[in-house]
Amino acid sequence: MITTTTPTTPAAAPPTRPAAQTERQIRRIAFSQRFGRWDVKFSPYLYVSPFFILFGITGLFPLLYTAYVSVHEWNLIGGQGAFVGLDNFTFVLQQQQFWIALRNTFSIFLLSSLPQVALALVIAAMLDRNLRGKTFWRMGVLLPYIVAPVAVTLIFSNMFGDQYGLVNNMLSRIGLDPIGWHSQVLPSHLAIATMVNFRWTGYTALIFLAAMQAVPRDYYEASMLDGAGRVRQFFSITIPQLRPTVIFVVITSTIGGLQIFDEPRLYDQTGQGGASSQWMTITIYLYNLGWGQLNFGRAAAVAWLLFLIIVVIGLINLAVTRSIAGSGSRARS
Amino acid sequence: MTTPTLTPPAADPRPGRDGSADAARSTPRRRRRGTAVDRPGFLVYGFLGAVLLGAVFPLYWSFLIGSGDASTITRQDIVWWPGGNFIANALEVIDNPSVNFWKAVGNSLLVSTVVAASVVLFSTLAGYAFAKLRFAGRNGLLIFVIATMAVPTQLGVVPLFIAMSKIGLAGTLSAVILPAIVSAFGVFWMTQYLKQALPYELIEAARVDGASMIRTFWHVALPASRPAAAMLGLFVFITTWTNFFWPFIVLDRQNPTLPVALSLLQSNYFVDYSVVLAGVILSTIPLLILFLLAGRQLVSGIMQGAVKG
Repeated sequence: MITTTTPTTPAAAPPTRPAAQTERQIRRIAFSQRFGRWDVKFSPYLYVSPFFILFGITGLFPLLYTAYVSVHEWNLIGGQGAFVGLDNFTFVLQQQQFWIALRNTFSIFLLSSLPQVALALVIAAMLDRNLRGKTFWRMGVLLPYIVAPVAVTLIFSNMFGDQYGLVNNMLSRIGLDPIGWHSQVLPSHLAIATMVNFRWTGYTALIFLAAMQAVPRDYYEASMLDGAGRVRQFFSITIPQLRPTVIFVVITSTIGGLQIFDEPRLYDQTGQGGASSQWMTITIYLYNLGWGQLNFGRAAAVAWLLFLIIVVIGLINLAVTRSIAGSGSRARS
Repeated sequence: MTTPTLTPPAADPRPGRDGSADAARSTPRRRRRGTAVDRPGFLVYGFLGAVLLGAVFPLYWSFLIGSGDASTITRQDIVWWPGGNFIANALEVIDNPSVNFWKAVGNSLLVSTVVAASVVLFSTLAGYAFAKLRFAGRNGLLIFVIATMAVPTQLGVVPLFIAMSKIGLAGTLSAVILPAIVSAFGVFWMTQYLKQALPYELIEAARVDGASMIRTFWHVALPASRPAAAMLGLFVFITTWTNFFWPFIVLDRQNPTLPVALSLLQSNYFVDYSVVLAGVILSTIPLLILFLLAGRQLVSGIMQGAVKG
């Protein structure tokens, strides 16, 4: 290991050899320290950078670039054309189809979010009881979540068939007139909302259940001593305590719900949202403009309009959340 | 945005436990609530039974029609028992040349696995940095991540399609994978988890022993994040598997994912619902198996703070 090239006296050798060794060691420490400092300083940025770079390229940039496309003439085949200012927007806003799509989107959204929240609250309250086989029930209500929206739609569009559907079949058995689940406006919205509710109610109920378990049990015990029944407890303790959670669920479902596409697209064979656009939503309108009429400029204008609508509704929700959360904590203290 | 539902997953070192673990862990107070007197009555079970029926019935109906023949649907009396044609109908789906069933299954499996793996990896990396490392601009960047969770990136489809066509990826699976390989929600989820699940002492011990930053991540942070990472992977897998809008836009009919192939069943021919709904059942089986294996984890994942989407 130690090679002595120069003949040294045994007495002189010990001092020189350790000296060389320590020098080497010092240099190594200095390097590793410098590397270590560099490592500590830049590693965090290195670790978060993949997310920011990839999100920037595939998420943020396309969204912003949509604004650029929307002020140009732009076709699927011809590519980018002339700058046209806000022409695409004025065109879209003058189309009756756009306003019908807006109406349908909001109608379906309301029909799917309000009953869903109400039903999920009740289910969660039941699941919060001291059940036998907790896991079984919880998994049971979650089952529809793993069925793809496409599959859900195919099942329900069959069950809600105008002529031979199960629902109309049952209705006529109990002596009611069949309903035009596809041909009429409101029934078609109801059918589509049912698909959304089928898939998400159990999921939402589990979110509420988690929030319910965080409610201090003292509240219930105190109210029980005051003679409150279960129903009274549900409305006077559980619901107020869950208000922030409810609003959070509504906000997240707004973002997804206003972009609804799968269910209305596959509700019939043509995918156009009905013969007279009974259930055509904004995203279907966007798709038809872009990939049906091959007009990307106008499709981008619709995308940007929908984005603005979602932002505005999100901000309104946020303001509501803030004020309710504020008053809630004041009442509690 | 930080609401009670966004509480991080509990730092339970036992990954096998389901949502009821918190009941077992809970205070004696909760226990007392569970005396025999407090057992819920018939009404509660009846109600939940009805909900369960509602959850299962559409799938059963689908199997009912899918196991009949073309005439089943038009019969006036409702048949409540499955017929014997399911295999035949399923084979018709599989053999349908315009559906490319096996290709679709393979594609869905590939896309979902790759997306889930990459989201978990990048989210854990970034989550570790946000939760445990100090660096300038950390809070600002984290707020940016949280804000982007509310951005409807799906609305960027038009430029995304233009870009994918320009670089020649339109129609390929890469076009489906690329926009999904990172997730703001994933980063937030891992950050919240690692904040409380990974003690600073462990990181410091590794550093004192001379481990580099990446070694510390690999040998200390990654093992500690396993329970939350598994749940995240599960959710991303399901979300990707069931996703329709973007794959439908960017993929060819010859090279579909499963939901895209399924949609072709309805639009291609005169609709024979017994075949369509047999296809629905067939395409749901893989996730049904996953649900039976990991349903407990899904439940506790949602209860520990999952977000829609």
